[in-house]
Order: sequence, then structure tokens, then C-alpha cells
Amino acid sequence: MARFFAKHLLFLLFTLLVVSFLVFTLNEFSPGAVARKILGAYATQEQVDVLTKQMGLDRPVLVRYVEYLGGLASGDLGYSARFKLPVREVIFKHLANTVLLAAIAFACIVPLSTLLGVVAGMRESSRVDRVILMFSTVVASIPEFALGVFLASVFVVWLGWLPGTATLVAGGGWSVAAQLVLPVTVVVLFDSGYVVSMIRASMVEVMQRPYIRTAVLKGLPFRAVILRHALRNAMLTPITVIMLQINYLVAGVVVVETVFAYPGFGRMILEAALFKDIALIEAGALVAVFLAVLTNILGDIAYVLLDPRIRA
Amino acid sequence: MSTPATAEALPASPPAASRLRPHAWWRRLAALGESTPASVGVVIVLAWVALALLAPLIAPYPPNANDMAALAHTTPSRAHWLGTDQLGRDLFSRILWGARPVLIIAPLAVLGAAALGSLLGLVGGYYGRWIDLVITRACDIVLSFPVIILYMIILAHVGSSAWNIVGVLTLTKAPIIARIVRGMTLDLREREYVAAAKMRGESALYIMLVEILPNARGPLVVDMCLRTGYNVIIIGSLGFLGIGLPPPDPDWGGMVKDTYGMMMVWPHMALFPCAAISSLVVGFNLLAVGLRELGLRD
Repeated sequence: MARFFAKHLLFLLFTLLVVSFLVFTLNEFSPGAVARKILGAYATQEQVDVLTKQMGLDRPVLVRYVEYLGGLASGDLGYSARFKLPVREVIFKHLANTVLLAAIAFACIVPLSTLLGVVAGMRESSRVDRVILMFSTVVASIPEFALGVFLASVFVVWLGWLPGTATLVAGGGWSVAAQLVLPVTVVVLFDSGYVVSMIRASMVEVMQRPYIRTAVLKGLPFRAVILRHALRNAMLTPITVIMLQINYLVAGVVVVETVFAYPGFGRMILEAALFKDIALIEAGALVAVFLAVLTNILGDIAYVLLDPRIRA
Repeated sequence: MSTPATAEALPASPPAASRLRPHAWWRRLAALGESTPASVGVVIVLAWVALALLAPLIAPYPPNANDMAALAHTTPSRAHWLGTDQLGRDLFSRILWGARPVLIIAPLAVLGAAALGSLLGLVGGYYGRWIDLVITRACDIVLSFPVIILYMIILAHVGSSAWNIVGVLTLTKAPIIARIVRGMTLDLREREYVAAAKMRGESALYIMLVEILPNARGPLVVDMCLRTGYNVIIIGSLGFLGIGLPPPDPDWGGMVKDTYGMMMVWPHMALFPCAAISSLVVGFNLLAVGLRELGLRD
């Protein structure tokens, strides 16, 4: 187990190093560009040159990269040109908002898709299975922004039950809870479509195993066969997929955040990218990759916990 | 994107392509009819392909022409079947023309990813050892990056154009294909016919492309259908985020971005492009579901 963790930790550090270097070199491709991006199009070339020298941007990329790493190690992520605040403050504020959205969505996605996936997969090609399979396929096929527009046109425009934006500032007579309903619903629907199909496929496969037939022939009630024999084994493969959804929920929900003007992490990176706020892009990319690799490791750990054969 | 696409999809397998006579392709296409999801998917996708091809003939107006008189009544009418957008441009015409970039970029990127991914997967799986390790790790790193964030960073730096989107989609989807092909190669390279080819003294490249790749075809085709659908979603999302195809030419995601702020007044402007893109992705995904079903039955 110790070796398992050490190996994964090493991979995490290695990935972070590679990605930070790639993003760093991509961002700082041309030496003058950084200063130009900060000063804007109307600054004179002289001003740009002065700032380039001041920030030490005329030195080789490799030297600056090592300096940047040193800053990271001491917790200094740089200064955001877009928000005029230290990057650390900006990132954590937006990350906290997205984690709220992600946590609620995750708490809905896991039970919902497990239920649908297991019910569909336990009797392959039954009518229930066909209906659930079609539902999950169609729901996973609708882009998040389209899903947002469809739901908003019904619940905001037509019925007027919910607010169309989720700025997390209670205003216009809508509570924060009401604001969260639509973004969470869009994320849950889009994402569970995919997770349901994974769990269903795994369940279908497990139901064809000899030990399930034995359990049925032994005369066990169908419910006991499903709950005690099939469920645990059917969750083995999808558990890694489920863990990877955390990654999508935190970093990949840019579109949903944009639809509902939600002040989250993904939209922050979009703004940083459009504004060419380099320090913020670099830090944001690192946080995103850190989360991605971490959820990968969590997935592996969950797999090991569920499968006693590997645990030994 | 029906079965015949395999011929274009895997140009690297000439014997497989020439072995199949034309009527064999027809039989395969007819076999799709046995699966309801597959046939519905094929109909939807082919309908969009036809609409995109015939856009110059069907579209009642040029896609970027403003009809200022229609601005008083932008909602659907006899003159404008789906109404007009906030600049008085005919929505029906723009949706038809908007199908073209999507239907070119999405499959093109999938073909690129399939070619690059197959190559990486074959090389990694066939040679094993350190080559395999390097390729697998590199793929893991690309895959661990949340896709949409990667697009934002890259596209924000190099700007957005159709070619850039194809390039980014190819690079980020290739690792998934590589993973599938690598897994199959590990299994296939132990087969007798591979050993026979080695004894004959065939080159490694020949063995990989002619002996191994054609046998990995089935799962690849299903996956390519799914990837095309996901690519359509991503192209739409990029347009919606304002980092997709440059305006003013119609792009479904961009059309929604420009108009969803006006939904309280004119919901149709955002709804129709949303319906268009959703139906196309549903088509591709149903086709994938159907192909998988048919594959399992054999």
C-alpha cells in the first residue's frame, strides 16, 4: 500500500511539473508579449521595453521558469492583472463557489445514476432498460448550453418559477438556493447520462457471470441477488469513472457557469484566457491538473477498496 | 457517418478496403436497419448532411443578410420560417449554413485523432517497454487535463480558427483512441497470424498496419461515432464561450451566445440553434449505441 501511494504521488508531482512547464512556455512564448498584454495596445514600444526589463522578462525562459517554481513552492502564485488581486485570493474565492456547485451535483449524480444504471442493466433489453438507455443517451447528447437554454425557457421564461442567473448574490427576490436549482439540474442531467451508461454496461456484464446464475438457480430472491452479489461487482469498473466526474464538475463546468453567470472557477479561467492574464492562467491550469490527477488517484484507491483481490 | 466511413477512417488498411466489394457495403448499411437506434441515428445524421450540402439551394436567404423590415416581428412567420435573429438575419438559413462547419470540423478532427491515436497505440502496444511507458504516460497527462480548459488556454493564445479547433480536438482526442488501440494490440500481437507475418520477414510497420489494425476496427468505429458527437458538443460549446469560429458566418454555438441574453423577449432565437445541435449529437450517439448493439450480437 505504501508503495502504491508513493508511486502515485510521484506521478502527481511529475505531471504537475510537466504541465506547469508546458503552460509556462506557451504563455511566455514571445518575450515582449507579456508586457504588451499587461500594458494594452495603446502603450508605446518604449513603455513595453521598460516593463519587460523591470519584470526581468528579457531573461531566458528556463531561468524564469525555475524562479516561478521557487515562487510556487513558497506559496506565491503571482498577481492577477485582470482582477488586480493576488492570484491566490482570486482562485480560492472562485474555486469555493464551484466546489459548492460540484458538491451538490455530485451528491445527486451518484445515487441517481447508480439507481438508473443498475435497474437498466439487471435485465438487459427489457423495456425498462431500453427506456433508460434512450433517456441517458439523449440527455448526454444535449450540450450543456442547450440544456440550459431548454430548461430556462420553460422554468424561467414560460413558468417564471426560477431565476435565469445564479450570481450567488441574493437579489431580485430570488434566494441563493433558488439560483442554484437550474445550474445544478443542467450539470446533473448532462453528467448522469454518461455515468448511467457506464454503470449499465458494467451491470449487464456482471449479470452474465456464472456466480449470478448460481445465485439465481440456488433460489435466492432476485432482490438479494442484485443487492448482495451483483451490485458490488458492477460498481468496480464505473467507480473510476465516477471519481473522474469530480474532475469534470470542478474544472469542466465552464459552459454551465457561463450560461447562468455563475462566479466559478471555469469562468474565471475563461476570463483570464480572454484577458491574457498570464499569472492567473498558469495558476488555474495547475489547480485544474492537480485536481485531475488527484481524482485519478482517488479513483484508484476506491477501486482497491472495492476489490479485495487487489487489496492484499 | 454510416458504416462505409470505415474505408475513409482507416486509410491505412488497403487490403481490408479493397477486399470489400461495393455490395458488401450495402449489406452492412442494410444491417444497420436491424437496430432501431442505429437506423434513427443514421437518418438524423444523413438528414443533416443533406441539409448542409443543399444549404445553397434550400436556404431562402443568404446567411448573413439583414432584413431590417423583419426586425419589427422577429418571431417565426411565413417570410421567415424560424423567425430572424436580433440583426434581422433569417434563422432557418443560418442554421442550414451553420451545419457545414460543424459537419466538416467534427469528423475531420475524429479522423485526425484516429490516425494519430492508432499510430501511438500500435507503436506502444507492439514494441512495449520504454516506448510504451512514454506514450502511455504522455497520454495520461493529456487526458488528465480538463479538455475545455485546455482549449481555452490554447485557443486564447493562438486565436480561434477552424484549423486550430481541428488541431486541438485531434491532439486531445488521440490519447483516448491510443488507449483503445494499445489495449487491443497487446492482445493481438500474440496471435498466430502475427507470428506468421514475422516469420515471413514482414516489416514491423506492415504488421502493425495490415495485420493488427484491421482487427481493432470494430471498437474503433463505435468510438469514432461517439467522438464525433462529443466533438460537435465541444465545437458548439467553444462557439458559445466566444472562442469558436470567428463571426459573422453562422455557427450554432455562437448563435446561442449572441441571443440567449434576450430569451425573456425572444426565446426562439436561442432555442432553434440549440435544437439543431442537440439533434445532430443525438444522431451520432444513437448510431454509436446501435453499432455497439449490432457488434455484440455477432
